[in-house]
Amino acid sequence: METQTIKSKQNTTKTTERISGSEAIVRCLIEEGVKILYGYPGGAIMPVYDELYKYQDKIHHVLTRHEQGATHSAQGYARISGEVGVAMATSGPGATNLITGIADAQIDSTPMVCITGQVFSHLLGSDAFQETDIVGISTPVTKWNCQVAKAADIPEAMAKAFYIARSGRPGPVLVDITKDAQMEMFDFSYEKCTKIRSYVPVPKTDFSSVEAAAKLINAAKKPLVVWGQGVILSKAEEAFKAVIEKAGIPSAWTILGASAIPTKHPLNVGMVGMHGNYAPNVLTNECDVLIAIGMRFDDRVTGKLDEYATQAKVIHFEIDPAEVDKNVKTDVAVLGDAKASLEAILPLINKNSHTDWHQKFKDLYAIEYEKVIKDDIHPTKEGLTMGEVLNQINIYSKGDAAIVSDVGQHQMIACRYAEFNKTKSNITSGGLGTMGFGLPAAIGAKMAAPDREVVSISGDGGYQMTIQELGTIFQQKAAVKVVVLNNDFLGMVRQWQQLFFDKRYASTEMVNPNFVAIAEGYYIKARKVTKREDLAEAVKEMMESKEAYFLEVCVEKEGNVFPMIPTGASVSDIRLA
Amino acid sequence: MNTEKQLFTISVYTENNIGLLNRISAIFQRRHINIESLNISPSEIVGVAKFTIVVNMAEESVKKIIGQIEKQVEVIKAYYHDQDEIIYQISGLFKIKSELLFEERQIQNIIKESNARIVTVNKEFFVLEKSGKKEEIVTLYNKLSVFGIMQYTRSGLIAVTKEEMKISALLETYNN
Repeated sequence: METQTIKSKQNTTKTTERISGSEAIVRCLIEEGVKILYGYPGGAIMPVYDELYKYQDKIHHVLTRHEQGATHSAQGYARISGEVGVAMATSGPGATNLITGIADAQIDSTPMVCITGQVFSHLLGSDAFQETDIVGISTPVTKWNCQVAKAADIPEAMAKAFYIARSGRPGPVLVDITKDAQMEMFDFSYEKCTKIRSYVPVPKTDFSSVEAAAKLINAAKKPLVVWGQGVILSKAEEAFKAVIEKAGIPSAWTILGASAIPTKHPLNVGMVGMHGNYAPNVLTNECDVLIAIGMRFDDRVTGKLDEYATQAKVIHFEIDPAEVDKNVKTDVAVLGDAKASLEAILPLINKNSHTDWHQKFKDLYAIEYEKVIKDDIHPTKEGLTMGEVLNQINIYSKGDAAIVSDVGQHQMIACRYAEFNKTKSNITSGGLGTMGFGLPAAIGAKMAAPDREVVSISGDGGYQMTIQELGTIFQQKAAVKVVVLNNDFLGMVRQWQQLFFDKRYASTEMVNPNFVAIAEGYYIKARKVTKREDLAEAVKEMMESKEAYFLEVCVEKEGNVFPMIPTGASVSDIRLA
Repeated sequence: MNTEKQLFTISVYTENNIGLLNRISAIFQRRHINIESLNISPSEIVGVAKFTIVVNMAEESVKKIIGQIEKQVEVIKAYYHDQDEIIYQISGLFKIKSELLFEERQIQNIIKESNARIVTVNKEFFVLEKSGKKEEIVTLYNKLSVFGIMQYTRSGLIAVTKEEMKISALLETYNN
């Protein structure tokens, strides 16, 4: 058996058509169902743009104001639709500007295909004008990438790119295509990729692991579920709800898992992690069985690893075998697609309610409410809080809006307090923590779900990292509601400086521009709120607007986000103040 | 599991694609792991390349590294073995002045004793080749360096496992 030649697949007869490489790229996109494309033209990608001009009835190209905006928009599109987001750029600086978005998509498992133009193949490696080794640069932050230097190789590369981006644990893929390959004529035919020999997108589920997991769950007295984005990515929301409801398990979410089940579901006990809720963090170190579903035990979730749930038996439902035992040692690993695994375990688990155990969550929530939540969302002191803004948004969205947050204090507040009725409603940069993500991601989200209310929430810092995308909002007439919670600080860094650096506020205070004037400069209706009595009315006006709307809320300068697990501390050492 | 560092040989079966070396070496680089030796060659399966990577690390970390390597789209399968589980060789080449071959009788003895092979001889230099364990090559180097070596180079480790590696059977399942 050891020595064997693997036969190559026989070629099937295909109908071909003689077209250019650049037309082939567009035709591949159409074949893959791409309707919206985010990008920025330039010398090395011009032939493709020329073809897009011809095909504009089939593919809508969105000209962002920076290539980074294109990737974040494609991410927002992908996150709310569950489809592959597509971004395109020219060679050199165009390509390198995509990198932040690609890295973000990689760590947050977002399906994305990026197409970059490249210099003529005879110039490769010669330091030609606008040449960068984008395949080399993007290698560590892509699920897969390749360079195409012949037109004939374009269809296969594109087909593989889409298949890899969307299958298994999704991720970003980059295809770099030389200008001569774009211009070359060849016989085009397209076949979707359904299989790659070396690639196993979904590992086979061993039924004995499902049985072992069921056995542990049935014997548990104090079980706790921590779910992540895997539930959403595998469309397992219904199966997930059925399992936790049958077994009566309190369930907490990681930041990217938010919205998989409604916020008000009785078994939803809140967010885990550094700024998560008190009860699920503390009780992680009291549960007897910890059931992790589609999450990867990020350090922001676990805090100090050797004091994380050491008393518990750990079950890990996971699609990516490399995640099992990477950070937390598991007792039972159920490899495979979350939906299939949860459907398989449902008949094996016993009905239960765990009433006393639930009470513990309620008791700790009451403490958190008294010490933190009440003052966050119903403050009586002077100065607007971020929490009360979120509370007002909840009142007018009724939990139906998609909330796209940037990165920082406002993000933690948004994730803690935004209410969700529908899945795929919390769009934020989790793993990479990319400031500047929010505004362009909201554009993509709104374009993917034009009937949904999309509210972008940013801080004054991150907002200014991609503020130019207001131009895209204006040009595309994307009815995004843009909220900036302005405290004139890089708030999260300032909070750390206050708590851990003796209040030495080094380079965190911001002197901000007239945000309203800037929004109005882009012809976007804008309003600024500085007083509590104006807040509700302003939020109402924003939510009722049929067009894009910018709302700046000046919040207290030195507000902090609690609870908080200091870096390196145990989850049970979570601080309430 | 053993947390002591030791030498492990990692065998990675891959598609033969440009850029994959970059992806695989980056996995080690990110974790600050020095690759002791690396060899890439065709494997027993047509069209499938084999990486043989030697690292000095704890078994627990090797397991995690294997997971990260296998995650790469174009990697078919990765295995790791300790030194007792493999049969391995490395090869050394020594370029030496030809005059020494005739003037230093001891050199001839060294060649004979070490089972080294003369690859080529010309007026200026001769080239010795020695395959074996790393220690054997190093011993030969130490003996020859007394007389002066013009050039010396050593290959990466290549290995086959004592146990069957079910890579072909695995590929069959992938193909079906």
